[in-house]
Amino acid sequence: MTLCLRIFACVAALAGWSAVGIVHAENAAQIERGRYLSLAGDCASCHTARGGQAYAGGRVVPTPFGSIPAPNLTPDMATGIGGWSADDFYRALHEGRGKDGQYLYPAFPYTSYTRVTRPDSDAIFAYLRSLPPVHSERRDNDLRFPYSMRRMMAGWRLFYFTQEEYVADSSQSAAWNRGAYLVNGLGHCNDCHSTRNSLGATVDDPSLAGGMIPMQNWYAPDLSTKANGGLEGWTTKDIVDLLKTGRSARGTAFGPMAEVVRESTQHLNDDDLAAMALYLQSLPARPVPKKDDSPLLGASFVVKGQAVYKDRCASCHGDDGKGRGDAYPPLAGNTSVVEPIGANAIRVVLSGGFAPATHGNPRPYSMPPFSQQLSDEDVAAVVSYIRQAWTNTAPAVTPDDVRTYRSTPGT
Amino acid sequence: MRRRSLCWPLLAGLVLMATVAHADDAPVPDTLKQRIAACTSCHGEQGQGGDNGFNPRLAGKPAGYLVRQMQDFKQGLRHYPIMEYMVTPLTDDYMREIAAYFSAQEVPYAPQPAQRLPASALARGEQLVTKGDAARQVPACMSCHGVKLTGVQPAIPGIVGLPYDYLSAQLGSWRTQTRTATAPDCMATVASRLTASDISAVAAWLAVHPIPDDPRPAEISEGPLPMHCGSVEGSHS
Repeated sequence: MTLCLRIFACVAALAGWSAVGIVHAENAAQIERGRYLSLAGDCASCHTARGGQAYAGGRVVPTPFGSIPAPNLTPDMATGIGGWSADDFYRALHEGRGKDGQYLYPAFPYTSYTRVTRPDSDAIFAYLRSLPPVHSERRDNDLRFPYSMRRMMAGWRLFYFTQEEYVADSSQSAAWNRGAYLVNGLGHCNDCHSTRNSLGATVDDPSLAGGMIPMQNWYAPDLSTKANGGLEGWTTKDIVDLLKTGRSARGTAFGPMAEVVRESTQHLNDDDLAAMALYLQSLPARPVPKKDDSPLLGASFVVKGQAVYKDRCASCHGDDGKGRGDAYPPLAGNTSVVEPIGANAIRVVLSGGFAPATHGNPRPYSMPPFSQQLSDEDVAAVVSYIRQAWTNTAPAVTPDDVRTYRSTPGT
Repeated sequence: MRRRSLCWPLLAGLVLMATVAHADDAPVPDTLKQRIAACTSCHGEQGQGGDNGFNPRLAGKPAGYLVRQMQDFKQGLRHYPIMEYMVTPLTDDYMREIAAYFSAQEVPYAPQPAQRLPASALARGEQLVTKGDAARQVPACMSCHGVKLTGVQPAIPGIVGLPYDYLSAQLGSWRTQTRTATAPDCMATVASRLTASDISAVAAWLAVHPIPDDPRPAEISEGPLPMHCGSVEGSHS
């Protein structure tokens, strides 16, 4: 080999090596972005069995139509997405179709994920492909007839699914658009914070207006910060604090939202959280709620509720219902206390519990469970009291309501 | 003099009002004890156990054991809805801190009510606890839980002096698999080899057996464990 050729070979090798280096760095950046976006989408929450390997599937998602085990998202060839292409993955998010084109059930929130952009989908796919493959056989769906007939999804989709990709609203700021994209796309907030009709479709008019979460029996509140909204008066800081730390000056995350904070939102950067807050603050005011026409429960019931409150609750939440510092949230004006059903307040009184332990609040304070100490009548009385004390004007609850939730602790 | 007599009650009243106002405004104590009110409301302020026979004593149990129980509830190996709900929001670090708190508590055991079982049942209980039943491949409780039955650091709990209801419920839970542990699940194996009357006998004997003067767990096992337990690192059959 002549000297000239040798030099040429060296230069070529170096150039090739650096090109590989650049591609590798690009891949690493894409994978890291995908990891972050997977957190924003809270993918692991469903796609991880309790105590199981992250993203290896297995958690059973209960629905009113039967249960659906979440599939394995690790790149295992036989049981995961090892045989998938980036196109297949995008089609699943965007069109709600599986690898072979079959219709997916909307327990997988593709009605929201359809808005995810192609580059974001590719990044998430690259991240999932970078995980160690886990062999984890998927259990079959356990859906009742006729819901077990996948073909029926064609009709459902005609009514309840619009394939779209997020289109920026040019009249709004970049931050607002980012917030709208996260809330309505990957965050799939509307999948809990709305009511669902008898066929399991979310009611989106208006969206994010709150509703009971099927099967979990927690009420996901309305997210409007304007008049009559569930978050009426919440500042950007209040919203960001709750999403980042699990607590805020206006309330604490518990139940399914505690899990969302733990697994998803606490990992998002401050700009994205502020963007989500900005978007939520632009949701419209809500109509004045109908006046409570439930039968009056009588003076003795109110007196009992107040007595239980003084005895069990006031030392932490205050006689004035304003809470104490960062430790104990206010009950006056607290959306979880005054949500329309009363399920949240009843369940928190029965089960108590810790605020989620997060990077921002690693050693949370807690509330004792009162299920072993208070009767159904006592719980109904004190919950009715806090729903109507101070500035609160929510309907009372009955001992029968309490009985309903006695056997459903947890999420 | 007259003036003073009016003045003092007024002053006292003001002081009292100031105290009350102070109590309301006082910052919430930044102590672990305050933070874990959810635990102590059932298990007692020092983890001495509830008085209903079911909320077990946590005081003095090895911290490693307590952490593992919280993790098992969180991961669905051990089932009790309110406990599963309670520990799910916690990180491993916070669990370790809470476990250390209860592990460090030294508080007397509550006396357990005398058992009405016949002497033959208590004798059977004593046999299983101290010698086991070789014919049925049941090791003595003492061979793992320590000769004093107060547990062994860092992962094996004390079992003496716990309420009969709690002990028999746990052994029953091992059999019905509402309580499980990391494989190999040696307690599930042991419980599956016990009869219903064995469970009553063991629980009754352990509940009323006198607590040793030093109720702390042993630092090390006296001999090799008779079984390999997934929840005890370094144990071999």
